[in-house]
Amino acid sequence: MIASSKRSPLTYLVHATVLFLVVIWTIPTAGLFISSIRDKDQLSVSGWWTALSTSEQRIVDRANGPSAQAQEGDLFVIRGNLLTNSSAKVTKFGFSSLEPEAFSAGDLAEMRKGQTLQVMPNGDYALSSPTEWKGSRGQRIFYTAEVPPRFTLDNYREVLSAEGLGQSFLNSLTVTIPATIIPILVAAFAAYALAWMRFPGRALLVAAVVGLLVVPLQMSLIPLLKSYNLIGEFFGVGSKTYVGIWLAHTGFGLPLAIYLLRNYIAGLPGEIIESARVDGASDFDIFRKIILPLSFPALASFAIFQFLWVWNDLLIAMVFLGNNEEHLVLTGQLRELLGSRGGNWEILTASAFITIIVPLCVFFSLQRYLVRGLLAGSVK
Amino acid sequence: MADVKLTHVKKIYSNKVEVLKDINLDIKKGEFIVFVGPSGCGKSTLLRMISGLEEISAGTLEIDGQVVNDIPPALRGIAMVFQSYALYPHMSVYDNMAFSLQIAKVSKESIDQQVRKAAEMLQLTPYLDRLPKALSGGQRQRVAIGRAIVRRPKVFLFDEPLSNLDAALRVATRMEIANLKDTMPDSTMIYVTHDQVEAMTLADRIVLLSAGNIEQVGSPLELYEHPANVFVAKFIGSPAMNVVPCRIEKTGEQTHVSLSSSITVETPIVTEASEQAKAAFFGVRPEDLLVVATEAEGFLSGKVTFVESLGEATLLYLTVPGCEDMIIAKQAGTLKTQRGDTVHLSALPEKMHLFDDKEVSYRR
Amino acid sequence: MAQLASALVTMLLGVLGCAVYFYGSNVLLDKVFPTKSGPAQKVARNLRISNTIRPWLFLGPAVLLLTFYLFYPVIDSIRLSFFDRSGDEFVGISNYVWLFNSDEFFESFRNNMLWLIVVPTAATFFGLIIATMTDRIWWGNIAKSLIFMPMAISFIGASVIWKFIYDFRSGDDAQIGLLNAIVVFFGGEPQNWITIPFWNNFFLMIILIWIQTGFAMVILSAALRGIPDETIEAAVLDGANGVQIFFKIMVPQIWGTIAVVWTTITILVLKVFDIVLAMTNGQWDTQVLANQMFDWMFRGGGDFGRGAVVAIVIMVLVIPIMIWNIKRANAEMEGR
Repeated sequence: MIASSKRSPLTYLVHATVLFLVVIWTIPTAGLFISSIRDKDQLSVSGWWTALSTSEQRIVDRANGPSAQAQEGDLFVIRGNLLTNSSAKVTKFGFSSLEPEAFSAGDLAEMRKGQTLQVMPNGDYALSSPTEWKGSRGQRIFYTAEVPPRFTLDNYREVLSAEGLGQSFLNSLTVTIPATIIPILVAAFAAYALAWMRFPGRALLVAAVVGLLVVPLQMSLIPLLKSYNLIGEFFGVGSKTYVGIWLAHTGFGLPLAIYLLRNYIAGLPGEIIESARVDGASDFDIFRKIILPLSFPALASFAIFQFLWVWNDLLIAMVFLGNNEEHLVLTGQLRELLGSRGGNWEILTASAFITIIVPLCVFFSLQRYLVRGLLAGSVK
Repeated sequence: MADVKLTHVKKIYSNKVEVLKDINLDIKKGEFIVFVGPSGCGKSTLLRMISGLEEISAGTLEIDGQVVNDIPPALRGIAMVFQSYALYPHMSVYDNMAFSLQIAKVSKESIDQQVRKAAEMLQLTPYLDRLPKALSGGQRQRVAIGRAIVRRPKVFLFDEPLSNLDAALRVATRMEIANLKDTMPDSTMIYVTHDQVEAMTLADRIVLLSAGNIEQVGSPLELYEHPANVFVAKFIGSPAMNVVPCRIEKTGEQTHVSLSSSITVETPIVTEASEQAKAAFFGVRPEDLLVVATEAEGFLSGKVTFVESLGEATLLYLTVPGCEDMIIAKQAGTLKTQRGDTVHLSALPEKMHLFDDKEVSYRR
Repeated sequence: MAQLASALVTMLLGVLGCAVYFYGSNVLLDKVFPTKSGPAQKVARNLRISNTIRPWLFLGPAVLLLTFYLFYPVIDSIRLSFFDRSGDEFVGISNYVWLFNSDEFFESFRNNMLWLIVVPTAATFFGLIIATMTDRIWWGNIAKSLIFMPMAISFIGASVIWKFIYDFRSGDDAQIGLLNAIVVFFGGEPQNWITIPFWNNFFLMIILIWIQTGFAMVILSAALRGIPDETIEAAVLDGANGVQIFFKIMVPQIWGTIAVVWTTITILVLKVFDIVLAMTNGQWDTQVLANQMFDWMFRGGGDFGRGAVVAIVIMVLVIPIMIWNIKRANAEMEGR
């Protein structure tokens, strides 16, 4: 913009500040993603930022019981391996909870009555005793293992099957797609009428749409819930149906849709519409053949908006679709998990990432249209 | 037969603003009519009322002897070329031209034939598959005209079609429109512009509008030579006619007027005796003023305050004692006259104009 | 699979039904009152009739939906606020009396005010700063895209993300929440952030600021680009420095847009509900109006009267913005 301001120290400051802000803004999401693909044992004991470094774990285990002993020469020996994960490495071990790191791996630890314990770095251990091992339980072994980073999709596998997220994913799609398309159709027609047709009450309707733009939708919930119960009774179906939630999302999305689209359609050159009129086109022809193709950017941007909004919505889904398993959408499922599995971060992070992956893809691939739509609504 | 007849036509907006007041106009079949006037005079509104895009508040509009006030645009037998061309940006040139016929459910072969014929005529055949955005300004303009032609209208309406073109293209397109008119002698054309050169060069008759009224209707030369009032006199011609207040000193076959205490002019304009001593306006076009050598040869003298050399002509701006406004004289070629010089001017008597105190011309 | 199929069928039916209505009704209108041919007088009459009917064919569904889903509920909420928990018995203003005597209400009202002050201000401020800075660097668009990204994340998803950041482990366990890890790294005591009364509100607000800054940034960035370069160049020639240019030349020219951004976020804040529900459900003094209303709707079978009263309060708070919006839209209409 200003030639002289290039390459000044200020510019580097700007670069640094923006970088800092970008890092702050992305880190939460990045943390979630990295955590969701970590091994669940590691996830719960170390921060996700350590995911790439080897972690040290202190573990208590029991050796095999006396039934596994074998006589080797004049010693009774119990052999086994402590590690389930082959790439881990035992560094220290001990046999008492007071001194869990008393010996380095490979050392021979003297226990009572001539008994010895030896743990090798690869986890192989040998308990030997001059007398026969007695009792039913195995000796406790304390050891410290270095576990290399481990990434896995197990968390996703688990939430998609066991936690019912797959079903919720389908439910979310079933809710979202019609709840995106129907308001676009309804709003586009209304927006054209409000922009280019002449009829009494037009200004009043535009004002009403703008007014309804800010009505908190919580206002609507109680009366609508009552109405839905009545209607559901009348038709002999439950009050919580897909049609019900589609229409609810349509109704709530309409003010913004009409407002955005009207702004855009009213901004189309009037002479094109007049020209079509002189060419003999009726309003319906004009709408189908001129307005719809020319409004594509605005329609696309509203579609993205509505898609994100419906997909991410929790409130309307909870009220109009309910909490029962077969209708639960992703956001609802995530909230349930947050309540029931609040401490199980491997489940929460993977579930959260599944709920946000679709909107993120939509967002990054269609960002251009989204921005355009935002601008059509706000900067005038 | 495609006469257009307007009788007592008015346009009043809902806020009681009268944009057009009592318009009466007879347009003959095959005429090229130009509506001209300053911006806001209502010329575009008048055109849009003829097209059917604006409602007619009062009066009747007849096309071909049929009252069409309530008939939709498409059934009036008109076609319109818009200022911005109004091409459908998402359709190819072909589809743009075919649109009206498709709406009218004309058969495919017939559409194809008419579109290709129009494209041929306008040299648009190589561009039929292109989108409007891939065309130059002049080509877009031709597509807009082509779109009008395929409808075979009785009346063509042009709404300032050249104002979006640059100067060179404007001249070329002007000639094309003139040619188009020649090839379709039976079509009536109504053309709106604010540019008097376009009006003068294209029109059979000019309709000059101002503030919702028709000031004068006539051929271009009629308007130039015999302006009906001061407004027309000043609007047609560039630079505008010099019009100065004066007093009628002597009436009769030859009217004598005084521009100031020292300047009296004799004009071959007839006035009634009752006009004696009335205030009036004297007018003479800058290009009708001639620089003469001596004061005796001329009828007014002034000091040059400003000189504009245009090459093909020179404009002299004079302060004349007793006259408030500057007098402009346009002389062919270049002159040596400099600021501060005193020059003497004469004019042929028949080139002089005289308007009464209501700014209406005394007819000769 | 069966569910997928039935979902597809219902989806198609819903969308088709909508399309069929618009197409059918308009074609029918053209059939009943043909305007494309016929004797002139009849066409003129038909045209008048269809021009009167058609706007309502276009607007019909929208008007019905808006009335049923927004207009009628507003009216009915006002009515319900004077009725008892089931909405059957008129109880006068006792719901209002209850509301203004309830500590919970004042807690949520105070919190809502805090949200209303902090979130729009912070989001607009960060948005403006980031918009200004990203316009000057070559990788600005990438930066913008990343900061804009949280817009796509649901409130509930964002809550999980931030709950993870605020996570707290007692004792000597390693902190897996980033915030506590940083605190520990610098030698501080780890805290259970979302349970610290009063300050926990701010930890919840950060989530919404994180989401909304991108929105503010995108819009303000476009507004900043709309500022004519000449005005800035003139200021440079007049000897203004960067800060002066920003505050005295650029910001005044985009006041209108800043106001729009501010009000848009304000409205959103009034409706904020998911974040509080997911993070604390109003515990530890973090209740807000929207969540309180939701609570009353469903707590113990639901108390519609009290829920409606809280809704009315939210509505009253929105009204000034509504009026301002309508005025602005009217001014815009006249400008056309």
